[in-house]
Amino acid sequence: MLDLTYDTPKPKVISGAKQDWELVIGLEVHAQVASNAKLFSGASTRFGAEPNSNVAFVDAGMPGMLPVINEFCVEQAVRTGLGLKAVINLKSAFDRKNYFYPDLPQGYQISQLYHPIVGEGEVLVEMGDGTARTVRIERIHMEQDAGKSIHDMDPAMSFVDLNRTGVCLMEIVSRPDIRGPEEAAAYVSKLRQIMRYLGTCDGNMQNGNLRADVNVSICQPGAYERYQDSQDFSHLGTRCEIKNMNSLRFIQAAIEHEARRQIAIVEAGGTVDQETRLYDPDKGETRSMRSKEEAHDYRYFPDPDLLPLEIEQAWIDDIAARLPELPDAKKARFMADFGLSDYDASVLTADTANAAYFESVAAEAGDGKLAANWVINELFGRLKKDERGIAESPVSPAQLAAIVRLIKKGDISGKIAKDLFEITYTEGGDPEQIVEARGMKQVTDTGAIEAAVDEIIAANPAQVEKARQNPKLAGWFVGQVMKATGGKANPKAVNEIVARKLAL
Amino acid sequence: MSIDIETAARVAKLARIKVEPEALPALADEFNAILGFIEQLGELDVENVEPMTSVTPMRLPRRADVVTDGDQQAKVLANAPDAREGFFAVPKVVE
Repeated sequence: MLDLTYDTPKPKVISGAKQDWELVIGLEVHAQVASNAKLFSGASTRFGAEPNSNVAFVDAGMPGMLPVINEFCVEQAVRTGLGLKAVINLKSAFDRKNYFYPDLPQGYQISQLYHPIVGEGEVLVEMGDGTARTVRIERIHMEQDAGKSIHDMDPAMSFVDLNRTGVCLMEIVSRPDIRGPEEAAAYVSKLRQIMRYLGTCDGNMQNGNLRADVNVSICQPGAYERYQDSQDFSHLGTRCEIKNMNSLRFIQAAIEHEARRQIAIVEAGGTVDQETRLYDPDKGETRSMRSKEEAHDYRYFPDPDLLPLEIEQAWIDDIAARLPELPDAKKARFMADFGLSDYDASVLTADTANAAYFESVAAEAGDGKLAANWVINELFGRLKKDERGIAESPVSPAQLAAIVRLIKKGDISGKIAKDLFEITYTEGGDPEQIVEARGMKQVTDTGAIEAAVDEIIAANPAQVEKARQNPKLAGWFVGQVMKATGGKANPKAVNEIVARKLAL
Repeated sequence: MSIDIETAARVAKLARIKVEPEALPALADEFNAILGFIEQLGELDVENVEPMTSVTPMRLPRRADVVTDGDQQAKVLANAPDAREGFFAVPKVVE
């Protein structure tokens, strides 16, 4: 397998009024576990249900109700940890994080502050320009999601839906290893890709199944390297946390804005207050969440309703043995086995459905590189035009492989192949039969091409004269021959014959 | 550890319990009495003693990932002072 090595990307530099500044970013990503039932109750996690219909009395915080952990959720946290090459803790424990909010009926969130289930790991974040950052993962813990408050249904009231309350989240906490807005977005994308491969989280950001809190601080060039050498945070600036963003675009915009806000404060001689802020996409700015500051004392303590969570090494080994091939390995394999470029391999491994489609085309066509070209340029392009996913592709891998085989054998030209692809896409059918039935085969019979060339030369003596003085004009004859043969003539043969007949 | 009046007021506020200012000194005294009682445990040597989490050796019970509960909107909302269109209705809380 190829060992992929990358250069480290350059940190983003923002020029202030007085000097240059760098950014230091850490993320807390909340990923909803793709489970049927909630973390501690048997209520459904289904999105879009009637308000308050996916609610057990445990979720509603009714007195006397006891939480019972969903083992599938534990397994998904372990799988995710293994996917991030992280340490799995055989013993973890649940704590209560106490605060009052209408969408948290228990008055506390069950989380894992002191003993998370997953410890340190790492993620390779490719930037698409030949560079990649290794971002260290500090921990992953399981916790309950809160409910949903709707503020725009009534002028004086907020409406609360507890369907989400108690759904299992994995909070993935990174070290402050991210050095710019684009890196932050690429990091979240990579986590999403890995979790989708693992099937532990569907990664749907629009539905809020993947959200991120972003910690941003600024520092002078050189300070970050001193932090990395010493792991001493005093080299870094004071950070602000921007809460709960569910779009990659917002994450980037919020970081950019927040960094500029901090630079303006520091350059004016002020100091940045450590605080929690909200990003307002309409105004393109962040603002302080005052209420959060007041409630910052969460008075964590071990949840007396839950024994520590002990898992067995054999169980973890069994999960590890059943892990699918992950994006980095798949990409390296595609590059090694099919000779694909880094870019093509990245596109094809973006998700498992794309990768599986490509692999069947490549296997049946016997040419990975050509298959990759056709999958990426023709198929993906065409599907995008129709806003369809790979699962709704009207062209099956077998059909596309047949087209690729026809090109490879020289039976059809690249141009005809595009027509054939369009016919297969819109009308369906066996590409080989279509080529036969519609006479699309490439004419490699030099006799037939020679006849066509002779005919055109005879009919256009003036052009012949011009072409003899300026050989570049031979292209006109090639064009005429292609036209006369309906694009089926082998272009290489036509070029040769035209040149010979014109005695160029 | 000693709880002063200010801390007592803060704990009351975090717990959303209304305590009149004149009741705070007594509350602080009670906190101190409780904490003093618990601090006696500090006299014990617990070096190399695992924290006890349960009196009986027990494994945390697990459930399977099956939907067994829910679909009881009316019951869930039964105690709500105000509910509309299936939602709990609460005084506006907005950031």
